[in-house]
Amino acid sequence: MSDSTRVDAMRQGAEAASIGATRTRTIVLTLIGAAILLAVLKPWIPSVLVRLPDDAILPWADWLDAGFSWLQNDIGLIHVTRTISGWLGFLTDAAANILYGKARWPRLEALPWSVVAACSAVLGFWLGGWRLALLAGGTFVWTALMGQWRWAMETLSVIAVAVPFGFCIGLLLGMCAWKSRRFEEALRPVLLVLQTLPFYSYLLPAVIFFKVGPTAASVATIVYSMPPMILMTIVGLRKVPPDVVEAGRMSGCTRWQMLRYVFLPSARSEILVGLNQVIMLALAMVVLTAFIGMPGLGAKLLAMMNSFKLGRSFEIGVTIVLLAVTLDRLSKAWVVKQPEHFERGTPWWQRHLFLLLGIATFMLFYLLSQFLPILDEIGRRQSLSRGSEIDTLIKGFLGISWVKAITDFIRWFFNIWVLIPTELALLFLPTFTVILAMTGIGYLLGGWFPALVAFLFFSAVAQLGWWDRAMLTLHSTLTAVFLAMLFGMPLAIWAAQRERASRWMIFACDTAQTFPSFIYLLPAIMLFGITPITVILAILIYTMVPVVRYTVEGLRGVPREITEAADMAGATRWQKLWKVEFPLAMPTIAVGLNQAFIFAFFMVIIAAFIGTRDLGQEMQRTLAGTDLGKNFTLGFSVVFMALSLDIAINSWARKRREILGQ
Amino acid sequence: MKKLSAMVLATALTTPLAAAAADSDDPIIIPIHNWSSQIVMSNVVGQMYEEMGLNVEFVTTDSQAVYESVRLGDVALELEVWEGAFGHSFREALSKGGLHDAGDHDAVTREDWWYPMWTKDACPGLPDWQALNDCAEIFATAESGGKGRYLDGPVDWLKHGKERVEALGMNFVVVNAGSAAALWAEIGAAEPNKRPVVVFNWTPNFAEAVWPGEFVEFPAWEDGCDSDPSKGPNPDALYDCGNPATGYLKKAAWDGMADKWPSAYCVLTKLSFTNPQIAEMAKLVDTDELEPEEAADEWLAANRGVVDPWISACT
Repeated sequence: MSDSTRVDAMRQGAEAASIGATRTRTIVLTLIGAAILLAVLKPWIPSVLVRLPDDAILPWADWLDAGFSWLQNDIGLIHVTRTISGWLGFLTDAAANILYGKARWPRLEALPWSVVAACSAVLGFWLGGWRLALLAGGTFVWTALMGQWRWAMETLSVIAVAVPFGFCIGLLLGMCAWKSRRFEEALRPVLLVLQTLPFYSYLLPAVIFFKVGPTAASVATIVYSMPPMILMTIVGLRKVPPDVVEAGRMSGCTRWQMLRYVFLPSARSEILVGLNQVIMLALAMVVLTAFIGMPGLGAKLLAMMNSFKLGRSFEIGVTIVLLAVTLDRLSKAWVVKQPEHFERGTPWWQRHLFLLLGIATFMLFYLLSQFLPILDEIGRRQSLSRGSEIDTLIKGFLGISWVKAITDFIRWFFNIWVLIPTELALLFLPTFTVILAMTGIGYLLGGWFPALVAFLFFSAVAQLGWWDRAMLTLHSTLTAVFLAMLFGMPLAIWAAQRERASRWMIFACDTAQTFPSFIYLLPAIMLFGITPITVILAILIYTMVPVVRYTVEGLRGVPREITEAADMAGATRWQKLWKVEFPLAMPTIAVGLNQAFIFAFFMVIIAAFIGTRDLGQEMQRTLAGTDLGKNFTLGFSVVFMALSLDIAINSWARKRREILGQ
Repeated sequence: MKKLSAMVLATALTTPLAAAAADSDDPIIIPIHNWSSQIVMSNVVGQMYEEMGLNVEFVTTDSQAVYESVRLGDVALELEVWEGAFGHSFREALSKGGLHDAGDHDAVTREDWWYPMWTKDACPGLPDWQALNDCAEIFATAESGGKGRYLDGPVDWLKHGKERVEALGMNFVVVNAGSAAALWAEIGAAEPNKRPVVVFNWTPNFAEAVWPGEFVEFPAWEDGCDSDPSKGPNPDALYDCGNPATGYLKKAAWDGMADKWPSAYCVLTKLSFTNPQIAEMAKLVDTDELEPEEAADEWLAANRGVVDPWISACT
């Protein structure tokens, strides 16, 4: 009886779904059809639909300029921000004093490198045994041996301030969002805008409001690295099981005690994953923030690149990756490590064995370095840097004739037959065609809401007045994401079947994400010239990371019972992959795809360093002459395009999840 | 000579008390950018200030956004204002107020179309621009559609390469590199098989030492070539001349600097470097692989006679 009603209900549901599907298809087909029709009839349709005429574009840049000057001068926001940057400056200076002896409070001497290396090895050992001890100690030994100690410490002095702030503010905002639905609803769009606003738009406000130097750099780092912290906090707090909450209530906790002893400890893993993301993103920003005064590795890297020293910039890149991996592994080990419990009566020294060991190491190496200067500081001339040898190696490789032949072919094929024609095609399309097509795609993916958003946002891009450049940006982004799927998916599927391969793949993703993209821009230019394919390749490395990572994780996350059931039903490997694993992993893969788009929009603007003709190039121009208003109209063109894709993909993933009952 | 400089050094060492009375103890913030000569020059001047008993700090910044920081007093000065590359940002900041021109260096700057020497083998008529135009096709790339390709500087340097190609009717397409590093990568890639290239370049610059080359000789610059169409060979177009072969290299100072650090400001207005001196600074870092601080030490030690008069004139 109950079975038959359930079957009925399911049948009804399926019918409703199929009616829904037909309706969706009609609407999407109408929209796309209209879009194509407009493109075909281009010579005959009114010119307003082809491109918005100049006099229909409102003076957004002037209004924004007026707005900024009102904020800065009339209501005196600059005094508030300058006070904040004063405090931040005090903190970064203090960290700088401890790490490399900058002449500021508390006026200590610089720590010898060997002390830092040895103590981090002890920390690594406590958190994760020999392997981590080796990694943590080895990273700092490498840094010192390469003669990069001072720069690395300059970088870390800012990171050491930015990361705790990013963590605390993120945690606080996350808790507020968890407490108040309305706050969360207001916060989400702000976070999305912060994440998609191009880096070039942060540059000028950071310099004006927060003073060029470590302070502006730490503000930019905090803002950029905070969003995942907020999101993870919300996820973690939501997941706290009701019985735990109940237990807390019954023991008569106050609200503060509930938070401190019930919610936060239960959400510990998610919160610490958030911390880990903060660290990774902060290190990914090291080079970019050098434009606004971040001292250390990033600034050195830029200087090396401008005097064409590939080898030494490569070495700096390795250091940044090593630092990122070390901090990442240490923080992950901290997540996994549960609090230790000792039997009553364990002596104090036994409970704090590692603390004591750390202090002893500190003393030992501090004393040693007083007698052995090499343990205190390694000068440039003593270092093992092999910059010029690597230079010769790289240049030699690029000069080999078959390498040249292959890259010339790739360059010719992609530029002439793929990129330039598709680019021209996208530029040919009337503005209204693109708007309608995007609305159609939005409807197809997520229904009327994403469709409306896509319609409004792409119309806004047209209204902001940089349509052609926006299309070039969109073109690079779409191509890069498409190629990332084309190459990344098979790689991820192959790796997901194998335990070791997936671990290596994730490691490769971490490396690619933190290895400063600037370093491979130069070899890419040498191989492929300053052409569209170079831009795509530079973005591709970045966009493949989330595609691979989330596909691997999605496929490996498919419950074992389900794959076993498929095996028992006699599915072949392909059938299992296509009919079972893939559909179940799809929502996770969609998250990866969404990330890929956001990364691509981020990188396409950075690729202006190679030489592009899109929004990024125009933004670069606004930096000369500090043209804030124009800078933000360009920045928001990117934001609108990124947001409409983000919203569409996310609502598609949500619908899939609901269908799968996840 | 040696005696004199020793004497000057002695006065320099004894003056801190006097100088400190007048100049503020707050650190003088000097911006450094991402090319070697500017970094070394900033370190040289920083060390001169330290000899005068002043506190100095360096901050790395973007070379365009820095003028906003000078204007707000976040950094005290800027030692290399290139007419071509930063003239626009500088003038813009000048009109908003807060910073001023603190005099020129002796060095002159030139920024224009340039080629590495090996290019001349394929196009012997160089450096004349018409000869360059006649062998345009050897500069063609897969994407340039048969025309020659000229690699211009980043758009924010406002170089007007495209306008010049149109004004002079040249058979070239102009592609903008995104950064100085991108220009070097292109020259570096052309080097192994001596492929002819023509790119934007400037002097004084480290690249001269790495890749010998020459500037293309365009119709000589006339005043007003960028604002009056009648100037230059094409009567109907702007930008139909080469860039000025003697562009300025200025120093800029924050308006408040003269009151806060009078003697440091005085030295800033007095000091002036020449082309060979700047090239030497860049060479110490770019080819001799010294760190900027060491390079500044070395340069100062070798040039006491140059800098001491500036210091003694102000203390």
